Amino acid sequence: MLHIYCPYCEELREEEEFSYSGEAHIARPTDPEALTDAEWGDYVFFRKNPRGLHHEMWNHAAGCRRYFNATRDTQSYEIHETYKMGEKPSVTSQGAAQ
Amino acid sequence: MSQVNRLQQGGRVDRSKPLTFTWNGKQFQGYQGDTLASAMLANGIKVVGRSFKYSRPRGIFGHGAEEANALMQLGVGKETIPNPRATQVELFNGLEASATNGWPNSDFDLMEWVGKIGGKMMPPGFYYKTFMWPEKMWMTYEKFIRKAAGYGKASLEADPDIYDKLNRHCDVMVVGAGPAGLAAALEAGRAGKRVILADEQNEFGGSLLASKQSVNGQPAAEWAEAAAAELAAMDNVVCLPRTTVFGYYDQNFLGALERRTDHEGMTAPSGSRQRIHRIRAHQVVLATGAIERPLVFANNDLPGVMLSGSVATYVNRFGVVPGNRAVVMTTNDSGYQTALDIHAAGRTVVAIVDTRHNPEGRLLDAARAAGITVKTGHAVIEAKGGKQVTDALVAPIDAAGDSVTGKPVSMSCDLIAVAGGWSPVVHLSCHTGSRPQWNDDIAAFVPGPSIQKQHLAGAIIGEYTTAGALNMGAAMGAEAAGAEAGSNYDCGDESVCPAQPMYLVPHTKSVMRAPKQFVDFQNDVTAAGITLANNEGFESIEHVKRYTAMGFGTDQGKTGNINGMAITAKNLGKTIAETGTTIFRPAYTPVTFGALGGRDIGDLLDPARHTAMHPWHVENGALFENVGQWKRPWYYPKAGETMQDTLNRECMAVRNSVGMVDASTLGKIDIQGKDAREFLNRVYTNAFSKLAPGKCRYGLMLKEDGMVFDDGVTACINDNHFVMTTTSGGAAAVMSWLEMWSQTEWPELEVYFTSVTDHWATCSFSGPNARKVLAKLCDDVDLSADAFKFMDWREGTVAGIKARIFRISFTGELAYEVNVPANQGLYMWQKIMAAGEEFGITPYGTETMHVLRAEKGYIIVGQDTDGSLTPQDCGMDWIVGKKKEFSFLGKRSFTRPDTARTDRKHLVGLKPIDPTVVIPEGSQAVADPNQPIPMDMLGHVTSSYWSECLGHGIAMGTVKNGFNMMGETVYFPQADGRVLAAEIVSPVFYDAKGERHHD
Repeated sequence: MLHIYCPYCEELREEEEFSYSGEAHIARPTDPEALTDAEWGDYVFFRKNPRGLHHEMWNHAAGCRRYFNATRDTQSYEIHETYKMGEKPSVTSQGAAQ
Repeated sequence: MSQVNRLQQGGRVDRSKPLTFTWNGKQFQGYQGDTLASAMLANGIKVVGRSFKYSRPRGIFGHGAEEANALMQLGVGKETIPNPRATQVELFNGLEASATNGWPNSDFDLMEWVGKIGGKMMPPGFYYKTFMWPEKMWMTYEKFIRKAAGYGKASLEADPDIYDKLNRHCDVMVVGAGPAGLAAALEAGRAGKRVILADEQNEFGGSLLASKQSVNGQPAAEWAEAAAAELAAMDNVVCLPRTTVFGYYDQNFLGALERRTDHEGMTAPSGSRQRIHRIRAHQVVLATGAIERPLVFANNDLPGVMLSGSVATYVNRFGVVPGNRAVVMTTNDSGYQTALDIHAAGRTVVAIVDTRHNPEGRLLDAARAAGITVKTGHAVIEAKGGKQVTDALVAPIDAAGDSVTGKPVSMSCDLIAVAGGWSPVVHLSCHTGSRPQWNDDIAAFVPGPSIQKQHLAGAIIGEYTTAGALNMGAAMGAEAAGAEAGSNYDCGDESVCPAQPMYLVPHTKSVMRAPKQFVDFQNDVTAAGITLANNEGFESIEHVKRYTAMGFGTDQGKTGNINGMAITAKNLGKTIAETGTTIFRPAYTPVTFGALGGRDIGDLLDPARHTAMHPWHVENGALFENVGQWKRPWYYPKAGETMQDTLNRECMAVRNSVGMVDASTLGKIDIQGKDAREFLNRVYTNAFSKLAPGKCRYGLMLKEDGMVFDDGVTACINDNHFVMTTTSGGAAAVMSWLEMWSQTEWPELEVYFTSVTDHWATCSFSGPNARKVLAKLCDDVDLSADAFKFMDWREGTVAGIKARIFRISFTGELAYEVNVPANQGLYMWQKIMAAGEEFGITPYGTETMHVLRAEKGYIIVGQDTDGSLTPQDCGMDWIVGKKKEFSFLGKRSFTRPDTARTDRKHLVGLKPIDPTVVIPEGSQAVADPNQPIPMDMLGHVTSSYWSECLGHGIAMGTVKNGFNMMGETVYFPQADGRVLAAEIVSPVFYDAKGERHHD
């Protein structure tokens, strides 16, 4: 069971308070109609599945209900950082997620 | 003949407290402080069970978690417990134990002859090879296999005990209370840290309890007692004896099973029998020790062959010598101590058989001084005997331990103690994904690198001396506590002569021809079996494990795995490091389901949500249906009615007069803020720009892939305030969905969401007389059809209570939903029922609600849709805003080539050709029922009911290209051979013009 630091509550809490919300930093295109089908399909359907660092969105569902981001190693499950919406990760791996 | 093997004195048993127990129905005596295993050995019980595959007699072999043979059936009836290891069962008065297998009994087992005769026909992969075909015979084979295989039996009755769970947090978690663990806990405790110390045994001390060494001049066991007492007296230390840490999870989360009353009786006298501690620790010290390795030699499974350290433990800790004439085979110095202990207990040590050619040192000297025969460069290559050891066949071997170099001699004995070296208990360290690493210096796997805040101390990383373990424990305890170690320990001369790595003992015959040389006792895996698997091409150790079943027993290969890996490595010409190890996963030892369930069983498994009107529903005979966690009235049968009778009555009441359903479970989200309207525009397919206060609108919500996700009615309270309803099951998901978009994509929109599902109770009544009912209770709202139109809402006073009245309909009839604060819901329901009495107002449940809405062709998201239908696929193009400025969620996907196809699966009405038929939901649609199987499936029935008011069955379903096949017939072949036919029609079966709800 993961131990996750909610950047809004500023506390480490148990995983059961959180729910996972998929890959982070996927911005909704501002003008969907201007995209090709392939570009739109990329946005809707395609997600990274790295072995290693992954920036992902979590929701403190049974807490403050805020969405935030985490940089987690999908192999070791180490959570390197959590950060607020709109912020950039400080831990990245070259070539993988950024 | 009582306790023939019990010493007159010594050990940690209390001879003034005799305890009576039964084994296979016969009565025996043991003492307070005994384990079931030590008491059985004291009484000279040799055979404790039969082996899994060959039905060979098996005896007690170890003294703890490593025991592979002595699985017991404890107690009888509903209290019975299958498969605990006798070595870990504390004896209590009246304990009833029996063998888990053996027919007619474990002493005389007919299956043994099957094993003896058929043994050669049961190689590894036996099941795969033998029972694979013909496939249809598998059921027959399985019945036979299930009977022959397996160990204890679980009770079919409910467990009389309760179990619970406790969450704990600490600075330093110490796993294992042997020398290393005790020393670590002392340092961390003295540093003032919050410490938890857990050990699976009844008292702290581990190996110290059976040691004749001293710690800083004090006898080891006394030092352990003092250390335990000091820890118990510290307020900042939680001591958990009888507690097995069974799992080590991410970020220093540990699961521990505490056996609170197992030592007192079969059931707990009060409170919980077992407890799971869920521990989150800042720092973890693993001091889990090591398990002695057996050696693989012919007939090494005979009762009377035991681990050397276990024999020493029985002698020193329990005052029990498991035999009178012992042969000790050893590859290292630890066998010598056992021999000296047996000798000191006044029993005969026939010989110490040391595989090393030139051992030397203090223990060898001591053995010789005691007059014990030491045969160096020798090995026990075979045990002889029927139901127990009678002789050991001892032969000289070469220095590498590969072959027998001389003539074997037979030594008469009733006990063979085997010391094959030590395997660190790396199990917990593996649970978080770290792989063990082979260490040549100690010829064993040690924990690999870990990202956990974890410290290792003692035998787990090969520190086998007592002083070494104590000092390392102190250092690691201090490190974990961020302090300086304050203690230094000395246990005298612990020097040892280097051990010889040895796994499979050579025989005069080849591995394939020698008598069975067991590697895994619990699964009857032999050296020959592993060699055969290797010869058949199984090289990966994970494959060897699965093919031979090595390590699959409840002991998880604690003693056998390393030997099996070593044999595989040798067969493949590789090193053990290259062959690698299988990985250990939780649980370290079996955990009862009762404990895992804890109190989260029965009514406490999952919360049941009741509406405010629930007591009324119960009182009026409703049967209930689970909708998510909600208990919703399903239907209200009257005496003598079949379910269909009830549904017909309820439906006709709504169509002809008035009926009422409890709609409180619909999700309700209060949305406020100056940008609430814009937000709704973005998440719904239709426009909310012009929805005026006092008006409601039905909306469809899509995921970005364009598929229907939820629906509901949203009311405009004022320009900055809306109330959205969602499906009962989708409320939480919709709430999260809205919050996500608000927080992640459109934080600039000022909008706030509050779940108010539980705050409002909703009485939804409909039918031609609905207005008359409401008029009796409400006089401050103009209810006339022109003033209060369909899809309007009004605030008014109903039965004296301020209410929100929505004129919306899910039945196709004139309908009102009266929303009041939940506390007044029951009162309101009763008032409306009373007011409607003169019209025969009829309460109805979800089933009638489904029929009525299906007659109107209204979809239920999640029943008629499954995340693969667009609004267009549902025939709901009318609800998609064409001119909306913002490209609402999902819109762009409409023009994707696949979504834009006109021959997708469409949601259509299905009218059975035979009007009396109700097509089963889930039936698959085909164009031609006579085509060969597998048929080309067009879609399936999503909703299907008998419509009493129409006098025929109705259904909705998906059909490929359905909108372009109106009037055509599709077929629904059934499992029973019938083929039902239906015409594709509009899903609106009733009041197609929609006049009734507008009245």
